[in-house]
Amino acid sequence: MTQFIQLTVYGLANGAILALAALGFVLIYKATRVINFAQGEFLLVGAYAFYSAFALLQLPAMLAIVVAVIIAAALGVAIERLVLRPLLGEEPIAVIMVTIGLSAVLKAAVQVFYGTTPRVMPKFLPRGSVDILGAIVPTDRLVAIAVAAVVLAAFGAFLRWSRHGVAMRAVADDPQAALVQGISVTRISALAWAMAAASAVIGGVLIADVAEVSQNLSSFGLVVFPVVILGGLDSVLGTIVGGVVIGLVSQYADGVSPGASQVAPYLVLVVILLVRPYGVFGQPRIERM
Amino acid sequence: MISREDAFALNGSALARGQPLLELVDLGLRFGGVQALDGVGTTIAQGAIHALIGPNGAGKSSLLNCVSGLYRPQRGRITLHRAAGAVELVGRKPHAIARLGVARSFQNIELFRHLTVLDNLMLGRHTRMSLSLLPALLWLGPARRQEVAQRALVEEVIDLLALQAVRHQAVGTLPYGLAKRVELGRALCMQPAVLLLDEPMAGMNTEEKEDMARHILDVNELAGVTVVLIEHDMNVVMDLSHRVTVLDFGKLIADGTPDEVRRDPCVIEAYLGKEVA
Amino acid sequence: MPSRATGIDPRSYEADLRLLQTRGDKLRLALGLVAILALPFALNNYWLGIVNAIGIAAIGAIGLNILVGFTGQISLGQGGFLAVGAFSSALLAGRGGLPIPLAVAAAVVVTAAAGVIVGLPALRLKGLYLVIATLASQEIIVFVVRRWRWLTGGQGYLEAPPLGVLGWHVQRAAFERTWYWVILVTAALGALAARNVFRTALGRSFMAVRDQEVAASTIGVNLTRAKLTAFALSSGYVGLAGALTAHYTEIVTWERFTLDVSVQYVGMIIVGGLGSIAGSIYGAAFLMLVPPLLSALADAVRDTAPFLADQLPALQVAAVGLIIILFLRFEPRGLDRLWRRIRDYFGSWPFRY
Repeated sequence: MTQFIQLTVYGLANGAILALAALGFVLIYKATRVINFAQGEFLLVGAYAFYSAFALLQLPAMLAIVVAVIIAAALGVAIERLVLRPLLGEEPIAVIMVTIGLSAVLKAAVQVFYGTTPRVMPKFLPRGSVDILGAIVPTDRLVAIAVAAVVLAAFGAFLRWSRHGVAMRAVADDPQAALVQGISVTRISALAWAMAAASAVIGGVLIADVAEVSQNLSSFGLVVFPVVILGGLDSVLGTIVGGVVIGLVSQYADGVSPGASQVAPYLVLVVILLVRPYGVFGQPRIERM
Repeated sequence: MISREDAFALNGSALARGQPLLELVDLGLRFGGVQALDGVGTTIAQGAIHALIGPNGAGKSSLLNCVSGLYRPQRGRITLHRAAGAVELVGRKPHAIARLGVARSFQNIELFRHLTVLDNLMLGRHTRMSLSLLPALLWLGPARRQEVAQRALVEEVIDLLALQAVRHQAVGTLPYGLAKRVELGRALCMQPAVLLLDEPMAGMNTEEKEDMARHILDVNELAGVTVVLIEHDMNVVMDLSHRVTVLDFGKLIADGTPDEVRRDPCVIEAYLGKEVA
Repeated sequence: MPSRATGIDPRSYEADLRLLQTRGDKLRLALGLVAILALPFALNNYWLGIVNAIGIAAIGAIGLNILVGFTGQISLGQGGFLAVGAFSSALLAGRGGLPIPLAVAAAVVVTAAAGVIVGLPALRLKGLYLVIATLASQEIIVFVVRRWRWLTGGQGYLEAPPLGVLGWHVQRAAFERTWYWVILVTAALGALAARNVFRTALGRSFMAVRDQEVAASTIGVNLTRAKLTAFALSSGYVGLAGALTAHYTEIVTWERFTLDVSVQYVGMIIVGGLGSIAGSIYGAAFLMLVPPLLSALADAVRDTAPFLADQLPALQVAAVGLIIILFLRFEPRGLDRLWRRIRDYFGSWPFRY
């Protein structure tokens, strides 16, 4: 029972972080129809950027987070401008491949600058542990869950109620109609990429503290895809549910057979796609012929 | 007009002229909250040009899509009469319906963009060709013989529609009018029992329309192919068709000869609106 | 826009369907044949080994292109299928005792079957969902191959019997050269067969599925059958490449079949040209030459810039990614298109077109 509670908390923590990273992916897809294969690498870059600011430059934690977010947002905008925009109108396969190429470049760039050995980083989340129903649970995970929840809620509120958020949803639904309404599609695209990078960074920061800063983060980042399929591409709520479910399933799988968390998300993915090709929350698209 | 001695018959139906070929009975189709078709029925006769008209959103394309099997109506029957007996089309997959002889063109050109005109037309012969893997890998032998044999019929269609000059051009680079003609050609290559044309003259100027009208007439009068035609240009409809079916808001409002339909008060009201007394 | 040389007047449909139409085509083929036959005598073992690796990669790239470039089914599962081919052949020839040619043939069939299994759930999926489903197949296969102890007998790697049939075994001294001929003949036949498929109704149906799935169904293409056949054919080629790798390198480990490898193959067909058999070969050559060329460069500047040598593996990955991005930005149709443009330029020179 205690193990179950521990696994649940670990799973929720991982899931919340995955939801943050997945949210970025969904934002980009909704606003620009681009499938960003480099989303996992944004997580990686975010973690290392924070590490540099916090551990290497010795900046205070909050400032380091802000610096990392700014760097990542700038990276996101630069990518949108220099790499994606020239490919506007190309076939979907070309766009997917570009982000795959991008992910390779980002991963390698991080390796060149930081090497392959995992970096040790002083923790900034509160230490200690809490007793929940007899299980000893580290506080940092609980705080991570809380932080992620707040950020996710903030993004959700932004999309729902703020002018730019509504504009983003409009662009996602019908870019041409949005243009006619005076919405700057290019600016929204840039904003989507910036926000995606930022949310990935926050996820990266949390995981850097909770786990470690190493190349493994990019395979953790790949799990974003099962999350997105499970949660559908249409709502923040779906993304959160997807992240939580995948996070929990992975941890329980590890509890049953160590290492199974590597494959569990993909098995879940296959099962979902067999039953519902548009994901659990997704909307089937009706094509007009 | 020069009459052609076609080496190949483009008409895939063995019925006698005038016999019922395609029977639509009480079709009902719903999408979400929209009733696209509500109790629509009509009979298409062998050898006729049967026009399907109505204001935008009346359900005309939806009707064709039901016949092709792309949409599944929630109620009603679509029966294709063949020499070997009648076949129910509702519930069959599109490729099976195509195999039975239903060919069509689309409102927005749905050609295979990266392929040449010739390849697009050869794809019209798909149902008559063997798809075995081993001969395909070897090429020399049955696969090549098949290509050459089918090419002969495709060349007949190229001659009929005057597509010789663009044979090897990728269809994505063709001007609109030519592309529409290629789409007609692809459907013809199927040797269809019935040819469904969804606005074949949309977006064309007068000359192009005259050309397309002539091709449709050639196909119908010379080759004997039955045509179901969605069209907005009333002159074309009245000129070409033997029978006209009028839809509005998914319902059938008239069904008869062009003259009867032209004078029908319901039709006039649908197009021009009711007079406020 | 694809251009055709003018002045060709085929007098029969057979003549129009030939692969070699112009004198230029025939001349280029002859020159190519001379070069290919002379190669093993001109190169040292190291570079011959790289050419061999290119040959095997070309077979795999052709397979991937059949699925992605010709049928429009985006796939990141290449690594997984290579693994299936490699392990099948190694096990059948080693533990199973089958003669190597038979083991390789069986591996092709096994991998084709695996392709159908992966393809079945993928039938209803498009775009994003399809890519992710293939990603799942990649990760699942690699996980199985890594963890299933029976495969490697607990060693972590599997040994594959070296090339040999009916008592004859490949000589160490002429290792690369012998393999060169084997790979050359296999790749040439494979490329020809693949090219043939796309002159027939079967291949055309794949391309129809790629361009307009719905319209394809209305002209009678059974989408399920077409897609599954494409998956099977594609996976068969990839399985062949995997099997050849197994016996060529004589060791089979999971590290050779990761997602990075899938990405590399995707890079090959993008750089070479989607929907082109020749392009698959160009792309394989281009990308497989990057690591050794970078390595040579690193050695050359070792004194002035040791940084390059230290970071070589990462730089090689970065280079592949960068090449993919640059090609997509500047020549999305790949080397095949680039070559055609060059050929047409000289063909019609001094005229513009």
